[in-house]
Amino acid sequence: MSTSVEPAVKKEHPMEKILRMDRIPHIWCPTCGLGTVVTALATALDESEIDLNKVAIVSGIGCTGRVAGYMKLDSFHTTHGRAIPFAFGMHVARPDLKTIVFSGDGDLVSIGGNHLIHTARRNADLMVICVNNFIYAMTGGQVAPTTPITAKSSTSPFGNFEHPFNLPLLAASSGAVYVARWTALHIRRLTKAFKEALNKRGFSFVEVIAPCSTLYARRNKLGTGLDLMKFYHDNCVIKHGCDLKEVDIDYQSKIIVGKFVDIEKPTYIDCLNKGYKQVFGDKYKPYGGGDGNNGN
Amino acid sequence: MKFWRTPLDIDQLKIPKGDVHILEERCKGCGFCVEYCPKGVLKLSDKFNSKGYHPPVVIKPGECVNCDLCEMICPDFAIFCLRVEEVNKEVASES
Ligand SMILES: Cc1ncc(C[n+]2csc(CCOP(=O)(O)OP(=O)(O)O)c2C)c(N)n1
Ligand code: SF4
Ligand code: SF4
Ligand code: SF4
Ligand SMILES: [Mg+2]
Repeated sequence: MSTSVEPAVKKEHPMEKILRMDRIPHIWCPTCGLGTVVTALATALDESEIDLNKVAIVSGIGCTGRVAGYMKLDSFHTTHGRAIPFAFGMHVARPDLKTIVFSGDGDLVSIGGNHLIHTARRNADLMVICVNNFIYAMTGGQVAPTTPITAKSSTSPFGNFEHPFNLPLLAASSGAVYVARWTALHIRRLTKAFKEALNKRGFSFVEVIAPCSTLYARRNKLGTGLDLMKFYHDNCVIKHGCDLKEVDIDYQSKIIVGKFVDIEKPTYIDCLNKGYKQVFGDKYKPYGGGDGNNGN
Repeated sequence: MKFWRTPLDIDQLKIPKGDVHILEERCKGCGFCVEYCPKGVLKLSDKFNSKGYHPPVVIKPGECVNCDLCEMICPDFAIFCLRVEEVNKEVASES
């Protein structure tokens, strides 16, 4: 067997068909976990054999917000916090596309929090990937609504004292039909969750805990991203379907991961069709592939 | 390889073999691949790439089982693995 650095035949990395290679190497720091989450999504898209011309990806602003720009899909880099409303508009205009939102915790649940809960409430057919690195990374590591109590950030130098959001509970109670949480270490389970979310009709939400080595790990003296990956290895507990009130994240303590919600419910477009059909009868032409009989 | 019980189809089982490719210039030396390779095939080398990082090297050639873990966990798309038969076949077809 030849295990050489220079391949015998010129080989390209298997991800090259889904990434914009002219933009690689990416801007992310050494031992940042974001690239691993991108690989999981690229693998899920590849293994699902979805027509990549029928997939669009939307990001907001932040380190995670760079993701859309690296994917060889219809990619949209929107303003801060507005990835979900942008994606929702696009989904309603083009329901034939599978629309993915890939953004950070600050973008999706802080400035964009209202969009998240209302789009989940409407059960719009969107797949939302929220990378939670417990911090506003891109802007210098400020406290986020996900920063665990006592964790330090540039704006909580003595330790955060605010209650953080429990993201799976937030998404599920707002109306999401698929909710899971994994870490950047759980690459195979994360890829499987992405595949399930891609095939789900309705609002799916996958929280991915990932290391921010430069700001979160360094300020809290937790070592590098590799040390955080080892921490996930030792401290994650898989509890599928568990009571979401239990999945709060405390500073450097157990992280409960798993698939928490997987239910069926009429989507926004199902309800729109049924609603208008009830009012206008046969004059109404159902939209987006539905027949107008599945809504509420 | 150690088995918990001898599989009934042990004589038919084939352990896959992989060929690891390292794109040294793209690597940022995070060590994820080294830490999580289940066969201990890799180690961070002492040499530097042009960005100043230490890319991994293969220290146990022949032991890679093509599990793709290094490829999936690498945050920089800097390492991938191909099945050995696949490589040989393609080499043959290209020559
Ligand atoms: C309207 C507006 N407000 C604030 C900012 C500054 N800003 C840019 S990114 C960011 C936070 C990003 O945090 P997160 O979404 O968690 O992404 P990360 O960098 O952690 O991946 C903020 C506050 C902005 N770009 N636009
Ligand atoms: S600042 Fe943090 S999240 Fe941003 S690229 Fe660096 S390690 Fe990753
Ligand atoms: S494919 Fe698996 S066994 Fe081979 S080097 Fe990568 S991690 Fe190790
Ligand atoms: S995981 Fe990738 S970036 Fe990290 S050391 Fe290995 S090849 Fe380099
Ligand atoms: Mg963040």
